[in-house]
Amino acid sequence: MLNFQNILTIFRRELRYYFNSPVAYVVIIVFLAILGWFFSSNLFLMNIATMRVAFEIIPLLLLFFVPAITMRLLAEEKKSGTLELLATKPVRDGEIVLGKFLAAWMLVVATLVPTLVYVVVLMVAGSLDLGVVATGYIGLLLLGGAYIAIGLFASSITENQIVAFIVAFLIVLVLFLLDKVLIYVPEFMATTLEFLSADYHFSNIARGVVDTRDVIYFCSLTGFSLYLATVSLQRRKW
Amino acid sequence: MAIAVRNLTKKYGDQPAIDDITFDVKTGEILGFLGPNGAGKTTTMKILTCYMAPTSGTVEVDGLDIAENSVQVRRRIGYLPEMNPLYYDMNVLDYLQYSARLQGMKESDLAGRLKEMVHVCGLESVRHKDIGEMSKGFRQRVGLAQAMIHDPDLLIMDEPTSGLDPNQIVEIRNLIKQLGAAKTVILSTHILTEVQATCDRVLIINEGKIVADGSPERLERDFTASDTLTVELKTFSRNPIEDIIPKLRILAYVNDVSLLSQEYGVSRFEIRTQKGADIREAVFHLAVSEQWIVLEMQRKGTTLEEVFHKLTMA
Repeated sequence: MLNFQNILTIFRRELRYYFNSPVAYVVIIVFLAILGWFFSSNLFLMNIATMRVAFEIIPLLLLFFVPAITMRLLAEEKKSGTLELLATKPVRDGEIVLGKFLAAWMLVVATLVPTLVYVVVLMVAGSLDLGVVATGYIGLLLLGGAYIAIGLFASSITENQIVAFIVAFLIVLVLFLLDKVLIYVPEFMATTLEFLSADYHFSNIARGVVDTRDVIYFCSLTGFSLYLATVSLQRRKW
Repeated sequence: MAIAVRNLTKKYGDQPAIDDITFDVKTGEILGFLGPNGAGKTTTMKILTCYMAPTSGTVEVDGLDIAENSVQVRRRIGYLPEMNPLYYDMNVLDYLQYSARLQGMKESDLAGRLKEMVHVCGLESVRHKDIGEMSKGFRQRVGLAQAMIHDPDLLIMDEPTSGLDPNQIVEIRNLIKQLGAAKTVILSTHILTEVQATCDRVLIINEGKIVADGSPERLERDFTASDTLTVELKTFSRNPIEDIIPKLRILAYVNDVSLLSQEYGVSRFEIRTQKGADIREAVFHLAVSEQWIVLEMQRKGTTLEEVFHKLTMA
């Protein structure tokens, strides 16, 4: 059984780290600046009230931003030795991983919240399909969660934050690209690759249909990565 | 809180860091781990605190196996790791609060306990400061405070006084002694005077094995091969090596006499005697009959330092 109180304590400490240091603000500001540029330049070009451009750009931005958010979570604790302090408290390794996961996820949520301004602007300017917007955000939360879990795993295997960043980036990049290379692979592999691709499932959801298959995909990817991160923490006992 | 360590072995690859260690710690004991660097002190502590698992062997804390009841055991342990790792971005109060919460303390007890620990560890003046901005001495106190915040039955400290100045060392030692009255304390060090000043019992570890176990006084006594008497005499002799040494040498129980220094008719001798023999009276009578003036006489046995040296130098 996991102790919810412990998860909450670690969650609060990590969240406070993000917002007491420049990390959260740098991430949010740079993210919004890049997104804003692409969003506004396309909006006037297409002249349609749609969030489609945002939902195409954000997954790309998450490829870079999530590994940057997660790289220190466990690697830094290992390097500075504070993991020893944390792990000798009556706290399970799974609680450490979950607390940190939730904090990073909350930062992604905090980054996405300001983009709701676009939704409001579009609602004023034209008729916006709110259903598609809602599923788009659900998709982003699921996608962000999966990326964070992967980043957390990458951070658990090393003491070096740069290594953690690169490993996380490579994994999410591969998951992102899988459905872009379908034309180059034999047919029997194509369906498998497509199913493994994160972007394929995200675009399904972003199109307005929250299919159980897509939700299960993201949940299992997240769960599996968190499990691997926990196992990797326990490796010190081997 | 009683601890029973049985046949504990930890190997890193093929290299054993600790090799078949067995010992007990009684409630209320202050136990000192002594040993050269790399002897296995830290590894033993990491296993006791459930951070690492042993390759083989068991540890029981009050009858509970630490592998099976890890969380319950950890709740009752306070740990100060080597190098005292802390979150440098947090301030003292936030950090202690965080530690207390993770230790599962009730929210209602928190504020009072924080205040108490800040007071006991002398952190009042820095309680709102970021840990990263503090001096090493204060950081060490924060490390101690976080280890004791939940009033643990067992306190494990890996080199608690390393990097502190002499005044701080005395302070921390007093704190440990004060705590040791009610709790079981295990600390490691390679400073011998620290062991003598604080510990009821010493385990000397070398190359992963226990080579000595007992109170500091007992170890000094058991490992004594000879006692030493230093004598300072004022004489009119111009050649103490020929005039005085032979006379001292023929006294009972004396093994060897050597001249340490000679200046203006004052000579210092070191007399090695058999273990436990006290020849001060004989030296005094001899001095009277020879009309030497005794300026100083000092007798000492083997120090813990010598015991340590003897046991850990291959």
